[in-house]
Amino acid sequence: MALVKIDNVSKTYQTGEVQVKALHDVNLSIDEASFVTFVGPSGSGKTTMLNLIGCLDKPTKGKIFVGEEQVDAFDRRQRAAFRGSTLGFIFQAFNLFPVLTAYENVEYPLVMIKNESISKRKEMVLKVLESVGMLDQKDKFPDQLSGGQKQRVAVARALVTQPKLVMADEPTANLDKKSAVNVIRLMRAMRDEFKTTFIFSTHDPGVMEEAEVIHTLEDGRLLDPKHSPTFVQEEKK
Amino acid sequence: MIRIFQIALRNLMRYKRRTLLTSLLITLGLLMVILFSGLAGSFKAMMVGQITDSNLAQMQIHKKGYVSSIDTMPLNLTLDSKGYKNVEKILKENPDVQAYAPRIKLSAMLSNFTETTNIRLNAIDPEKEIKVCPNVSERMKFSGSQIPDVLLKPGEIIIPEKLAAGMKIKIGDPVVLVANNKDGSVNGLNFTVAGIIESVLGPQGKEGYMHIKDAQSLLRMEKPEVIEVALRIKEFEKLDGVYKKLESSLAKFTNKKGKPAFEIHTWEELSPFSNIARMIDFMAITMKLIMIAIVLISILNVMMMSVYERVREIGTMSAIGTAPGKIMGLFLAEGLSLGLISTLAGNIIGIFGIYILNIYKIRFAFGRMDDLLLSPTISFSELVWVSAIVLMVSVFASLQPAYKASKMEPVDALGHV
Repeated sequence: MALVKIDNVSKTYQTGEVQVKALHDVNLSIDEASFVTFVGPSGSGKTTMLNLIGCLDKPTKGKIFVGEEQVDAFDRRQRAAFRGSTLGFIFQAFNLFPVLTAYENVEYPLVMIKNESISKRKEMVLKVLESVGMLDQKDKFPDQLSGGQKQRVAVARALVTQPKLVMADEPTANLDKKSAVNVIRLMRAMRDEFKTTFIFSTHDPGVMEEAEVIHTLEDGRLLDPKHSPTFVQEEKK
Repeated sequence: MIRIFQIALRNLMRYKRRTLLTSLLITLGLLMVILFSGLAGSFKAMMVGQITDSNLAQMQIHKKGYVSSIDTMPLNLTLDSKGYKNVEKILKENPDVQAYAPRIKLSAMLSNFTETTNIRLNAIDPEKEIKVCPNVSERMKFSGSQIPDVLLKPGEIIIPEKLAAGMKIKIGDPVVLVANNKDGSVNGLNFTVAGIIESVLGPQGKEGYMHIKDAQSLLRMEKPEVIEVALRIKEFEKLDGVYKKLESSLAKFTNKKGKPAFEIHTWEELSPFSNIARMIDFMAITMKLIMIAIVLISILNVMMMSVYERVREIGTMSAIGTAPGKIMGLFLAEGLSLGLISTLAGNIIGIFGIYILNIYKIRFAFGRMDDLLLSPTISFSELVWVSAIVLMVSVFASLQPAYKASKMEPVDALGHV
């Protein structure tokens, strides 16, 4: 069953007097509990695609459905509420709050968005920290953690609210190869454990291999899945 | 809510030096206001006390029109027996009035049998006067070192220090007073100098004292008349309220023309020191405005820097679903926390400063009054009021940066470099 449905979506940015078309008439469907990646060279539209699905931005044209909701019709406040209730985010630069410990970073969405009780919060945070293997590091601040550990905390923060969908824009770009693969495997394991759909972008061939579904973007167009993308072949070389 | 303030405090501690400097600036501003309020308030209260308790009284009631021609000391604008009784009735009915005293003010010629000069006199009922102006005797010198039980007996006069020195009059010397009554005829009476009075600021400080009965005889008043009724109230803080009540009660008495028969004035309308008191109040307000400007500019600056430095962080908060109102709340809490820390520090140091000033007693001279001791104090309500101003301004200064943070689009903020 499709969790995300993208219907003829285009996105154009206005940069001064220049119009940049980031996505061209994209049609796409993503199933529940799938592990999907968008690949493509820089400027191909990966981040734009994730921003649109993640309700961080609105398409210039077309419709986007996440679950039952037509998210492109949401106003600013509705989008924020929807992101808090349904989506999780993992960022390339981890984006952990530096003043909060690993535990508090994971707890943040439960306090600021979900308003969960202290006991429930504790239970949920400890469970997810254990799942990502960071329970023993829970009292450390982000600057006391390695890149891989930070991203594990970020994964835990994205999953703690039990979202239907987790968006990750280049989650391994700031990690070494070993850590990158570990993080992707962790995400996949989390998908298996929590049945959460993961959509991430990458241009790392090693990471791409871990994905179950690969969508290739080139110049804002979605290539035929059967078509072997030249970009991937070039990157593999 | 607790977590919001916890995050706010930790964010403030991220930039320790900046937070410390800003907090120090606000603390100093608050300290300045507390010390100034303590010192200026103490000076004002002392001076007002000196003026009202030693000769002017807190309020005065006259026949309508007297104060506008006070310099000529007119004798035709007196309260007759009926008028005085009407005033007495109003004063007795008012529970806030502690005491009142009748007075006659007159101008006369004073002679020591070899020289003659003019003198302004305050004719008083000593028993009543001491209740209205309890410090009246503090400026007086008598023959002994002790203040006599009865300040002034009939037949006695207390003359100003400069006049006594100029005419070489000593305590116990006989003098003659000659005065015109309201019909223009002249009368003279013998008196004994019972005391010398030091002058205070203003023309009233050059006045001598005599018994009211002597004044009535000297002025040949067939029936007792008075020029003014001085009064003291139980709580000085209620002065304006009591004044309004008395003014309204006195307004029901009208003269033959149907206009008010009496007029009432507070010390502020009668003493030139009220302008200095107003200047002190104005300076206190100016100090508070400077403090507000310090708080406003420093917190606005810190919060704007904080927002600009944390654009990506704000983008992350917004992206993971934090409502704009909560993002705004986080930054407001940060500004408020900064204000709160500074307010606490300012209050503690300010109170300690006032304590120190009280230990190292500050003495000063004002006019002819030497060795005045300042006892700076600040009321709890003043501290609360000043602290509330700082906190309100802290929140106000944080509003614009907090609003800006809450309005950031996550997609733009996350891409910020």
